[in-house]
Amino acid sequence: MLKLLLQGLVRSPLTEPRPKPDDPDLAELAAGLDRAARRRLGRSLSIREVDAGSCNGCELEIHALQNAFYDLERFGLRFVASPRHADVLMVTGPVTKNMREALERTYNATPSPKWVVAVGDCAFDGGLFSQSYAAEGGVGAVIPVDLHIKGCPPRPIDLLKGLLALMQEKPARSAT
Amino acid sequence: MPLNDAIRDCPRVNGHRPWPRVVADEQVWRSVAAQLRDGEITLSGLWGDAGVVHMAVLDETSSGLIVVSLECPDGCFPSVGQFHPPAIRLERAIHDLFGLTPDGSPDKRPWLDHGRWNARHPLGNRASPAATPPAYSFLQSEGEGLHQIPVGPVHAGIIEPGHFRFTANGETVVRLEERLGYAHKGIESLMQGTDLARGAKLAGRTSGDSTLAYAVGFARAAEAALDVEAPPRAHWLRGLMAELERLANHFGDFGAVCNDASFSLIYAHCGVLRERVLRAADVCFGHRLMRDCVVPGGTSVDLDENGIATLHALLTEVRQQFPEIVSTYDNTASLQDRTVGTGILNANLAHQFGAGGYVGRASGRAFDARRAFAYPPYDQLSFEVPMLEEGDVNARVWIRIREVEQSLSLVQQILARLPGGPVRADLPVRTGEGMALVEGFRGDILVWLRLDDSGRVSRCHLRDPSWFHWPVLEAAIEGNIVADFPLCNKSFNCSYSGHDL
Repeated sequence: MLKLLLQGLVRSPLTEPRPKPDDPDLAELAAGLDRAARRRLGRSLSIREVDAGSCNGCELEIHALQNAFYDLERFGLRFVASPRHADVLMVTGPVTKNMREALERTYNATPSPKWVVAVGDCAFDGGLFSQSYAAEGGVGAVIPVDLHIKGCPPRPIDLLKGLLALMQEKPARSAT
Repeated sequence: MPLNDAIRDCPRVNGHRPWPRVVADEQVWRSVAAQLRDGEITLSGLWGDAGVVHMAVLDETSSGLIVVSLECPDGCFPSVGQFHPPAIRLERAIHDLFGLTPDGSPDKRPWLDHGRWNARHPLGNRASPAATPPAYSFLQSEGEGLHQIPVGPVHAGIIEPGHFRFTANGETVVRLEERLGYAHKGIESLMQGTDLARGAKLAGRTSGDSTLAYAVGFARAAEAALDVEAPPRAHWLRGLMAELERLANHFGDFGAVCNDASFSLIYAHCGVLRERVLRAADVCFGHRLMRDCVVPGGTSVDLDENGIATLHALLTEVRQQFPEIVSTYDNTASLQDRTVGTGILNANLAHQFGAGGYVGRASGRAFDARRAFAYPPYDQLSFEVPMLEEGDVNARVWIRIREVEQSLSLVQQILARLPGGPVRADLPVRTGEGMALVEGFRGDILVWLRLDDSGRVSRCHLRDPSWFHWPVLEAAIEGNIVADFPLCNKSFNCSYSGHDL
């Protein structure tokens, strides 16, 4: 264990630089968002993840946000264990019929103001499962969605950009 | 295969590859169920079809596999679950999806169907659902001082949806009952009538962490049905990708088990190794999880020199870092205190349920589809299948550690001997039935496929290893404290989506 700890002191950090604010992906994501929402969120977010029937691929990449390379918490972003503590619901999956009520109840249990981020192609429109008897066809069919992050699954860096877009202050304000 | 004579006399179905399929009558069906009960053979799958039920049974001593089919003109069949409990949930799923009734089943409750789908029996004779979803009756536990703890389907962590109903006496779990089906997406229904390309995509989205293994299983089943062979290079690339997937998942699980014991140092270091594997996969194959990289006929990607160099660098990095992480695990008494002796799965249950992967191998069941069926490229590679007897969380961690070492060696062997040539064969358009049993990181995945004469999927069944892990998790947690459940659960790491389909 000592060797691991010493390595941690000596080696340079693995953490990657923050995506630049002029990143075109980030700008595109930010443009789709309500600016008032961003103002109110400020610079810290508590996120509650809800798997509404994904294949667990999106969960794997959301998990990766917490590793040393992406280190989500340095941006003031953190995952919380209860919707009662959350500003943002991060929802994956096509929303199966069997999960619909659980998702609605989680949404209702989240205090306002709240925002919903739909993660992955299934969460966008149901993806491959859009025609299933067992799926609602995307998060937007059940609760209002503020931001979509596409991909199957989205890479962690895309997830990070999406979350930063949510927090990015509008240009006029950041200039002052 | 120690099957009774009655089975040998049953008519065989033509064009079912690579293992035989026989059409049985009720008497033979019951005799196979009795053999399962007596532990002579292992249940590998039980699934519905239009007016038919199929049962795949495995003889572990001779690595024989056979599918027994029974026609159900009256919409019912003799329950296997009444003799052999591992069949019970599979039969409940058959009833939910096809409306075929297992006669004499000890558990008639629905399983995947929560009463919320557009239709009942979506793969059989569709019927309208009830106006209000029926309440689910959990099993009763009665006694002084018992209390219930309902958990899920939305959990506290970033995990899949499922409901756990604990009955506890103080801190001790007296009974755990799982209720699953929340992630049911209707994959088998969507499979019907699709072409192979879309079928492969659906199979690869059955359980995201095993996307590669499912794609290989589906591809192998399709190739068996069409009686074609993928090119040698494709087989070796599939093997390479399968071992990368195993490495990534084992690193993730090892770290997560330690994190559930609040030892985040190993979690952090394993997270780095996992990320390194995924990045190498991205460089080599263009997708971190290698999704859609394997297709019927071969692979959709090839490996170039840059990729080979990346993988060599990955091997060097992992071999430098991993031993120190393992020794930290082995030498930290407070961590061992949580994992040793926790969540013991006894060998009898592991054998009875045919638990695959690290769950079986930590409890004395050495079955590994790569070894038992030696499908390419594993027929030409040398590797060991680690096995332990203890059956606790610690044993499941150690199996993963040993498998990481084996996978590193396999990747190295593959890189050294990767044959040249094309990576994809053309597929003919014809009818056929094919089957595959492939070893994902979690255990053996069964894929059964029937193609119609236009080459489209007429029925595809995907059986995740979790079907035989979830029930034994209920047994393993009994007598442990509630606070050790996350640890036990993570050491099993069952797939919700793979099970719910």
